[in-house]
Amino acid sequence: MADLDVFRQQTRAWLEENCPQSMRTPQRSDNDACWGGRNFTFASEDQKRWLERMAARGWTAPDWPTEYGGGGLSQQEHKVLREEMARINARPPLSSFGVWMIGPAILKFGSEELKRQHLPPIVRGEIRWCQGYSEPGAGSDLAGLQTRAEDHGDHFIVNGQKIWTSYADKADWMFCLVRTNPDAKKQLGISLVLFDMTTPGVSTRPIKLISGSSPFCETFLDNVRVEKSQVVGEINAGWTIAKYLLTHEREMIGGMGRTAAGQKTLPQIAVDAVGLEDGKLADGMLRGELATWDLDAAAFALTAERVLDEAKAGQGVGAASAMLKYYGTELNKRRQELMVALHGSDGLLWEGEASREGAVARTWLRSKGNSIEGGTSEVQLNVIARNILGLQ
Amino acid sequence: MAALVLNEEQQMLKDAAKRFLSESAPVSQLRALRDNRDETGFSRELWQSMVEMGFVGTLIPEALGGAQFGYVGMGQVSEQAGRNLSASPLISTAIGGVAALLLAGSSEQQQALLPQVAEGSLLLALAIDEAPRHAPNRVATRLQVADGGYLLNGRKTFVVDGHVADKLIVSARSEGAEGDQAGISLLLVDRNAPGVSVERTIMADSRNAAIVSFDNVKVASGDLLGEAGNAWAALALTLDVVNAQLAGELLGLSLEVFERTVAYLQERKQFGVALSTFQALQHRCAHLFSELELVKSAVLKAQMALDAGDAEAAQWVSLAKAKACEVAELATNEAVQMHGGMGMTDEFDIGLFMKRARSVQALFGDYRYHANRFAALRGY
Repeated sequence: MADLDVFRQQTRAWLEENCPQSMRTPQRSDNDACWGGRNFTFASEDQKRWLERMAARGWTAPDWPTEYGGGGLSQQEHKVLREEMARINARPPLSSFGVWMIGPAILKFGSEELKRQHLPPIVRGEIRWCQGYSEPGAGSDLAGLQTRAEDHGDHFIVNGQKIWTSYADKADWMFCLVRTNPDAKKQLGISLVLFDMTTPGVSTRPIKLISGSSPFCETFLDNVRVEKSQVVGEINAGWTIAKYLLTHEREMIGGMGRTAAGQKTLPQIAVDAVGLEDGKLADGMLRGELATWDLDAAAFALTAERVLDEAKAGQGVGAASAMLKYYGTELNKRRQELMVALHGSDGLLWEGEASREGAVARTWLRSKGNSIEGGTSEVQLNVIARNILGLQ
Repeated sequence: MAALVLNEEQQMLKDAAKRFLSESAPVSQLRALRDNRDETGFSRELWQSMVEMGFVGTLIPEALGGAQFGYVGMGQVSEQAGRNLSASPLISTAIGGVAALLLAGSSEQQQALLPQVAEGSLLLALAIDEAPRHAPNRVATRLQVADGGYLLNGRKTFVVDGHVADKLIVSARSEGAEGDQAGISLLLVDRNAPGVSVERTIMADSRNAAIVSFDNVKVASGDLLGEAGNAWAALALTLDVVNAQLAGELLGLSLEVFERTVAYLQERKQFGVALSTFQALQHRCAHLFSELELVKSAVLKAQMALDAGDAEAAQWVSLAKAKACEVAELATNEAVQMHGGMGMTDEFDIGLFMKRARSVQALFGDYRYHANRFAALRGY
């Protein structure tokens, strides 16, 4: 038997034994996600157990090297693990900006010391990270950021303000873009630094969104001391890492709205809500709109798969992430509009028992941010036009 | 699940088709055929060269003289035919005709006919639709039992290459009401048989089609493909094979027209700058680029699913044809608009791409037909 088949069998058996039954049901909302960190309250013993068991194998970061706590899996093994988890509808054991973003950046650009300090706690879900990128005056024009880091020999003193920092009020550490050379051309004077959110001078304030929730914060940095050992990569070379991270972020956001294992597809939800007549959705116009969306969603899912396959085969367009981010987020916005429409007035319920905490309406409103965060759709179209098509 | 990338053999076939068709069957050849009001509508010499290149036998088993490169392999030829608007009986004969024989024919029929197709001496055409909008189940053409054989009566439209095909593959009703899937037969009819009349229809894309009428045409029982009245499954699969290739042709056509448009924007100057500097145009191109990426994935998936005998192949094919139709319409419309007045001239090729696109879109089901079918297959 091929090694991969053996791995599949072992993985299947291990998951069968170790994934608690309650972790094999779809996540109903963000509240069901396990974010880890110093201040996290587990929703259940099962959630905690599931994280610990997966982390012990390094399977919260399956493709990271084992020496930093990762699973050390090959790409094929990682794919098998994903497939086997999907097979039993296993929830992700950990949702983590550490695993998704700063971890890969530290692996690629960071010093050995940074790797040993930061990666194992990320794998174990002990430290929750947030991203300090956007500023009140630097959104789409991210490289125009003004947060200053003054050189004080072995450390920097950082002053400035960040905005749209995801879960800054709940995070333990921040990876933050700061200007270390105010005289250089704007992309050339930026560094990526790491600091603990309990450092004196760091304060956060949640921003209430149209959905009623507050996943983002303003973060104020007032004479914050950051050790030079906590710079990722070279000083003043942070823009390259920032772009690398933005690519990761785009891929992540672009993947939102894909139907996860065990969840009902949009057509299934529509059939439940609207009903069938002669085997067809009872509302003809809605059926047409749904089919248009469904075709795009199916072709998009295949495209995400193909981009991965091409990357593995060493083919393909490097800047595909801009396309995936643009199309994926616009698709999710369309999905959420259809969700509201097919639920009729129920889709606009906001509070109370019947509303399921206003899930449909709030998810719909939250999705409006998808095409803004991580670079707007317009910025993605700029990237495609200039970097791929050479239109300038 | 197989990776959504071409293997080495398929990539080589793509490169060969690209080189060959851009040199031997470019857009200028279609233009010349049109301007000379060519009787055949394609170059027989080109067809022989395509035989020698192995393109014609791509779907035919090796034992019967073909190359047996599968649907993904043929997809590479179709894509390049789309890029070059190459006029040939590829769709009618090497794809549609061969698929019908492979899926519905007996081994005797396959052994008798497929080697002739592979060597270029036999042209085939599918005579399926009877109304202007595709509806393969709406068959009023009747096949009646008579004197140890059959009699065929009816009328078929949009029969691609019908005026030059040696044999027609015809759907006809043995029993049931017009609209029923049950009761449909597939049969072979010589174009020159008594009672067959063929009227060539000149189409907007300057390619071949015909209206074919059958008036008490005698059909021998040995010319039935499969059982009488029981051909629906084979017909549906044959149409899936053809639609997966038409989607490939539309992909190639759309990519070509898009690249020509991008190049034109870089070259054309107005207000003292290249058109490519205008964000209004950049964003439309970037959107179109994204849509084209989706079409690439859907087309490859459909052809792979057919090669793998995937139970959900029909769904993947309708996805591919629908997306390819939608995006070809967008790509050709945007191309005309972005070429400005030049896009409206006959001298520029852009209009030829738009006309061909609509023809391929209409053939065997457009966006709406396949979106509807996709939805039905997915249970809504």
